[in-house]
Amino acid sequence: MISLAGRDILHSWGKYAFTGVGLGLLIGVTLSMAGIYRGMVDDGKALLANSGADLWVVQQDTLGPYAEPSSLRDDLYRSLRGLPGVLRAANVAYLTLQIEHAGQEVRAMLVGIQPGEPGEPRYLIAGRPLERAHYEAVADVKTGFQIGDAIQIRRHRYTVVGLTQRMVSASGDPMVFIPLRDAQEVQFLKDNHALLNERARVLANPALNRPGVPGLAEALFSSQENSRMVNAVLVQVAPGWDAETVAQPIRRWKQVQAYTRPQMEEILIAKLIATSAKQIGVFLVILAIVSAAIVSFIIYTMTLGKLREIAVLKLIGARNRTIAGMILQEALGLGLIGFAVGKTVATLWAPYFPKYVLLEPGDAVRGLLAVLLICALASLVAIRTALQVDPATAIGG
Amino acid sequence: MCFRVFPWLGLEWRSKLFLQEQDYGNIFCGLPKVSTVLESAPAIEVADLRKRYGSGDTAVDALKGVDLSVQPGEVVGLIGPSGSGKSTLLKCLGAVTEPSSGQIALSGDTVYAGGWRNIDPRALRRDRIGFVFQAPYLIPFLDVTDNVALPLLLAGRSNRDARQRARELLAALDVAHRAQAAITQLSGGEQQRVAIARALANQPPIILADEPTAPLDSERALAVVRILNRMAAQYRTAIIVVTHDEKIIPTFKRIYHIRDGKTYEETGEGRDIG
Ligand SMILES: Nc1ncnc2c1ncn2[C@@H]1O[C@H](COP(=O)(O)OP(=O)(O)O)[C@@H](O)[C@H]1O
Ligand SMILES: [Mg+2]
Repeated sequence: MISLAGRDILHSWGKYAFTGVGLGLLIGVTLSMAGIYRGMVDDGKALLANSGADLWVVQQDTLGPYAEPSSLRDDLYRSLRGLPGVLRAANVAYLTLQIEHAGQEVRAMLVGIQPGEPGEPRYLIAGRPLERAHYEAVADVKTGFQIGDAIQIRRHRYTVVGLTQRMVSASGDPMVFIPLRDAQEVQFLKDNHALLNERARVLANPALNRPGVPGLAEALFSSQENSRMVNAVLVQVAPGWDAETVAQPIRRWKQVQAYTRPQMEEILIAKLIATSAKQIGVFLVILAIVSAAIVSFIIYTMTLGKLREIAVLKLIGARNRTIAGMILQEALGLGLIGFAVGKTVATLWAPYFPKYVLLEPGDAVRGLLAVLLICALASLVAIRTALQVDPATAIGG
Repeated sequence: MCFRVFPWLGLEWRSKLFLQEQDYGNIFCGLPKVSTVLESAPAIEVADLRKRYGSGDTAVDALKGVDLSVQPGEVVGLIGPSGSGKSTLLKCLGAVTEPSSGQIALSGDTVYAGGWRNIDPRALRRDRIGFVFQAPYLIPFLDVTDNVALPLLLAGRSNRDARQRARELLAALDVAHRAQAAITQLSGGEQQRVAIARALANQPPIILADEPTAPLDSERALAVVRILNRMAAQYRTAIIVVTHDEKIIPTFKRIYHIRDGKTYEETGEGRDIG
């Protein structure tokens, strides 16, 4: 038996191609949405993996440092270094801000790190790591910065000395690494205007600016300007040690919490991006319904245009199965054309998204199955109509 | 005894079949001898056939007791005013519409007697009836050959066999040169010949034609009738031609007039058109 559906598609290929492209764009949007979700998950994993940490020590009762604000005293890392199983421990500070660059604003996550310690970006695609104690930066390429660029952050100018790739925050903002001290200052200290204001107020206060105690005001300034807080301590465990084992005694300490990598992943993926994931989920459901409505409408219209042929087929003895099969195959054919177009356009436009879009082959397979299922369901109305056609209508009155 | 069992022969029908064997002249090279039914059994035998559409106040009695008989190899005309029940009669004979009462026997085999008798109307249409309509109603997405091969394909024959048979039929109907063409490339007359080839594909013992020459000029209309006559003679096919067409009415040897749901038999001119 020849394929009636195949012949019909070939015969009116223009109509199928046109409709398939329309459907394909819709499928492309759907695949991209899934890719955006996968990209968010992958960004989260990359964020954890690239930090080089096995344990995140954060403020008690918080999900910090990525999901909730967390602050710790900056000498805590010394006590951690003394624990059994801890290879290295280093302070990190995180803060998201707008950086002005070449007349444009870049939203970036500022990361304060200690050179050579956990938290430092492990792979650079250009330049060198931070070496000097101040005013150097390593930026992710997505910021658009280049080596040698000078960037202004609050009170200071930083020189970009190295570039990283795929170092983004949980919300997709590219990272800019600067020395920890600088980051603490940016995070916890005030700008020049506020500083001058405070100094003036201290100097105007006779209790603090005593003629008999000349160093008092200076000491106050310096203690105000020196931040003693960080957002988290990243811990690398010694070879042969299990992160969970190392974490247990830390959790008994007051005022701190320790998360292992799997726990951090859970926080990032299940909690932090849960709302976005649901958002995308709802969107996917709507797209599926819209696609189904479009496919059923198209297949139904195409079937209405073939009622006479269907009546003739029935008259000359075609089985219901043959006719239903023809319509079903045409719907599936349309789905396949749509999927091919959708996969292609999703791949083509993925790089233009500001956030990472990860098109997983597994999602493509699931998408294909969903498209075929939707097309099959969508053809039911048309099949019902076709099966109700009376072969007598082929003979006429 | 040499016979060949065609797939269109229903089981119980087949059992009645080999009482007598007939060897028809064959215009198609390589085709086997054709076996068919007892000469004496009419191809179509209808007694007191009635058809009522709808019920209650709106009921329409389209057939009010039709009697009709057509022998194998015979071409009869069915003539009547519009709304007289011509199409309804064809639909009942072709197992497209179920009659309300009466009897239909095809080739001596009672298929309807107050209800379909052990037959699947769909299989009956596929295997034992060929239809030709006023419009050719070809399938636009199949080429000429596959349109003709379609009934055979639906009956489960292989693509190769079916196309081979289709090409032979197209040759017999002088449209072999259009075998690969798309339907839309054919003239009206060519389309009608392809439709006739399709009706003949399964070698049905009966062909029902509803105003087959209506859209054609007189030259082509006569050509179609000539073909039908030739097919009837060569395959012993019984053919009923519903028509209004003054050009072709004189060609029938026998005519049934249908008026107000009843048939009246009449001898026709039977003019020879070669
Ligand atoms: N499906 C139907 N339902 C109800 N009435 C019908 C139907 N088909 C035909 N009729 C009626 O049956 C009568 C015979 O119709 P038909 O067989 O089509 O006549 P003809 O082909 O001779 O013009 C007409 O009165 C017509 O209106
Ligand atoms: Mg009619």
